[in-house]
Amino acid sequence: MQREAPRGQCTESQESVSFLMREKAGIREYDWWLLAIAGAICLLGVVEIYSATHNIRVPGSPVYMKQLYWLGLGVFCMLIISRVNYHRILEQAPVLYLIGIVALAAVLAVGQTRLGAKRWVHLMGESFQVSELFKLIIIIVLARFYSEVRTDQLTLGDFVKIGVLTGVPLLMILKQPDLGTALVLIPVAVVGAYLAGIQWKHAVALLVLAAVLIPVGWHYVLKPYQKERVQTFLRPEDDPKKSGYQILQSEIAVGAGGFWGKGLGRGSQNQGGFVPVRYSDFILAALAEETGFIGVFITLALYTALLLRLVHNAQRAMDRSGMYLVMGVAAILGFHLLVNAAMMIGKMPVTGIPLPLMSYGGSVTLFVFLALGLVMNVRIRRFVN
Amino acid sequence: MSFSLGSDSKLPQGRLAVVSYVIVGLTVLLLVGFWKLQVVDSTHYQELADRNRIRTIPLIAPRGRMLDRNGRVLVDNYASFSILLLRDDMKIVNRALPSISDALNVSIEDLRQQLETAKYLPTYEPIVIKPEASTADVAYIESHRTDLPMLEMVMMSRRRYPPAGFLSSAVGYVGEVSEAEIEKSDGKLRPGDMAGKSGLEKQYDSVLQGNDGLRRIIVNSVGKEMGRLEQIEPVPGKSIQLTIDYDVQAAAEAALGDKKGAVVAMNPETGEILAFVSRPSPDPNAFAVRVSKEEWQRLNSDPNLPLMDRVIQAQLAPGSVFKIVMATAMLETKAVPESFTAFCPGQASFYGRVYHCWQPKGHGTVDLEHAVAESCDVFFYNVGMRLGIDRMSYYGTQVGLGRRTGIDLPGEEPGLMPSAEWKERNYHAPWYPGENISVGVGQGPITTTPLQLARAIGGIALGGVFKTPHLLKSDQPAGEFRFPISEDTVDKVTHYMENVVDPTFPGGTAHVAYIKGVELCGKSGSAQVISAQGLAKVKNRSDYKDNAWFVGFAPRRNPEIVVSVLVQSTMLHGGEIAAPVVRDVVKAYFDKKNGNLKPPMTAVAAKVTPATNSIQQQPPTLAQSEPVPLAGAKPQASNAAGSPARPMH
Repeated sequence: MQREAPRGQCTESQESVSFLMREKAGIREYDWWLLAIAGAICLLGVVEIYSATHNIRVPGSPVYMKQLYWLGLGVFCMLIISRVNYHRILEQAPVLYLIGIVALAAVLAVGQTRLGAKRWVHLMGESFQVSELFKLIIIIVLARFYSEVRTDQLTLGDFVKIGVLTGVPLLMILKQPDLGTALVLIPVAVVGAYLAGIQWKHAVALLVLAAVLIPVGWHYVLKPYQKERVQTFLRPEDDPKKSGYQILQSEIAVGAGGFWGKGLGRGSQNQGGFVPVRYSDFILAALAEETGFIGVFITLALYTALLLRLVHNAQRAMDRSGMYLVMGVAAILGFHLLVNAAMMIGKMPVTGIPLPLMSYGGSVTLFVFLALGLVMNVRIRRFVN
Repeated sequence: MSFSLGSDSKLPQGRLAVVSYVIVGLTVLLLVGFWKLQVVDSTHYQELADRNRIRTIPLIAPRGRMLDRNGRVLVDNYASFSILLLRDDMKIVNRALPSISDALNVSIEDLRQQLETAKYLPTYEPIVIKPEASTADVAYIESHRTDLPMLEMVMMSRRRYPPAGFLSSAVGYVGEVSEAEIEKSDGKLRPGDMAGKSGLEKQYDSVLQGNDGLRRIIVNSVGKEMGRLEQIEPVPGKSIQLTIDYDVQAAAEAALGDKKGAVVAMNPETGEILAFVSRPSPDPNAFAVRVSKEEWQRLNSDPNLPLMDRVIQAQLAPGSVFKIVMATAMLETKAVPESFTAFCPGQASFYGRVYHCWQPKGHGTVDLEHAVAESCDVFFYNVGMRLGIDRMSYYGTQVGLGRRTGIDLPGEEPGLMPSAEWKERNYHAPWYPGENISVGVGQGPITTTPLQLARAIGGIALGGVFKTPHLLKSDQPAGEFRFPISEDTVDKVTHYMENVVDPTFPGGTAHVAYIKGVELCGKSGSAQVISAQGLAKVKNRSDYKDNAWFVGFAPRRNPEIVVSVLVQSTMLHGGEIAAPVVRDVVKAYFDKKNGNLKPPMTAVAAKVTPATNSIQQQPPTLAQSEPVPLAGAKPQASNAAGSPARPMH
């Protein structure tokens, strides 16, 4: 942000470049492979949402229809955001960051309490999770920050800045309380730091700092239910009917699916409601039960292809800022996938992290498509040789 | 624009490639995790999933009914709903408590209390929050299944017994099975099952019980039924048809009233029990649901012994009823000439001791005919002395005294027919001649049950055919044992017994039992529990008062019914208090037979249903296999051997 001097110089060339690029920047230049993979994942998700919810009654439209509406809205948002040159978005990073912080503060002050946590604000008649929006903001802000680092390796001062930029919203989200979303901010910073170059001594120092901060956070930051979840994760057999129940039921669903699965609509753990929030956070367990290892394999393969395709786009970005944007998206999606899938098989505590593109949910679906919009934005402005 | 294109377009391609490898590596790790669960340990998780979703609900087989000999229902079942609370999700349950409380009219404190009590039970075990639910409760739950999915109903089949203890001592009652019974049953019985605890319910439990079925259902996480896997229908228990005649039974119940004692009526030719009453008797309907510990202790410590089935368990001195056995022995052995007479001045002295006759004025000179009719004690003191214990013991045993009759009921007592050998074994003392005097009038160590007396007297009247009494109706002849008695003896003894009742024969002790047009023969008895001096010492406590007996049969030749009546703790003679009971029962029997029966005042079994799936079973024949318990029987504490006799008849 202190490097704003060249602005005047570059304006003209930038304008001309933008003009040049705008000619080829169009739908045709989208990464259709990426979109096809994402579409396939969404389709799997909608099918499984249908299977998991076809025998329960909810007010209004069926759950899978609502998800289709959200997907439609998401695609629309993706089209919009991909048309605005990402450099313009990066320029507004400080403003976006401030707006995001104010919004998080507003949520803490007046947000709607749902399921014991203040995460929601009403927006156009739909409740909306502000912390989801902040995931997008942190990608943009950190991309801007990392792209402006001119040295090969990050300095200690850089780390302090990254720590503040990430730490302030992280603590605010943690205060809501939403441990899952708060943790999601970290991989964006970590992956960015790795790509920007990190010294061994800094890496070690960070690990030591984390080792100190975790017990401190445990005592002063985590809510009792969050502690309980972690404790349950560490010793699930102590409490098979409360939080451990969810992990256990999820594991049973996954294991009972076997190699070939029980068939869509035939999973007893899923249809009987033993799998908790089976159309949302635990949709992978429902899918694992009904489609078996085969289904899981296909799903994880699609996600891996999606992530690799993101890296591919990052490698071909026009500049470092584009790369950081794409890799920020990849970091968040990868973290979601890793934590969520590991949770299904009992290798992670229950943190309320959904599986992007598959889990039902308005906020997360919008976030993912806005993030993909950023990726397309970078993509259509790549160098084509 | 702050980003120059050329300078920062150099991307860290190596690091990006590393990120790709990390992505692939983590994916492989995840796949390994899923592989372990879904392929390696899949069977284990499949079992866990099945345990989750499949619930086995027992379908209780209704117990078989009990019908009287005409197919009228004596014991039946009724459906009763118990309301269960599924506690799988306590959060939902706690939230719904107020509405559950309103719906079932159970206070919320009560519900909380029940949940607190059940806290340490596994949560998958539902708890009964309302037994015996009303139809309104049932309808409410049916119509609110979606709002209150944690409520479930189970239908139980409960026993409906006739009211006011009607036939209760024979029928018995059911109760929850004990742990010992569960262990013995080889897995057939489970905790909470009902099984016969006494009487016919216990005797024919395996027939009445039936086989429970089960329903395996698929449930969701809140226990709501989602589908059905299989259903094994319960096989209802078979109904049993009893030999009891409802009308005769009703007459017997009414005739005994509230008096402590017993009535048993049987057909001596078949062994079929027609009526069976023991008083006092608790109402088994009170046990049909559950007996409280306090109630059970109260019943067990009640000095009136309400749980005792007096027909087969009251072992008491038969008193003068035994004189019929004496008369038979006298005529059959001829050890005492038939023409023997004795002079009765009201008492007599034997071996230096005075024995009183029940009639202080005395009977004057009496022969056997008058001695039976007037129940002269002095006459039978003499006969007892002359017959001696060996002959008396032989005849008593041969007519079935001192051994179980083998009736198809649990817990029958054998009574005691003393002998010299018995005295030697149990007291290590010789039999004193003085004891013959007491036994001669049915006093001393001899004890009998009302049922034994009915069979003995009925068998003598039939010339020595003793049928095994039974309550289960059967096509096959009942077991029997024979002790042939000469026709001449039978003729004389039954004639003398007719004189007891016949008002035209002066001096008979039970003219009150006379029924016009019925040849009722009988013999009264009044047996002391302790000596006269002893009774004075305990200030005439009711449980030491005399017991009154009357055993009668009709008609005189080929009798169809023999009735044995015991009235305990009374100062009245058998002829006064027991004989009218016999009269009423016999009258009801012949009124019914001749079509003169008035409809019973209170119909116990409202619906008269023909027996459908009743079984006819051979009652266990036992007389042959039962050892004659001369040797095995223990001395009866209540009848001290050789105590000075008080007047009796």
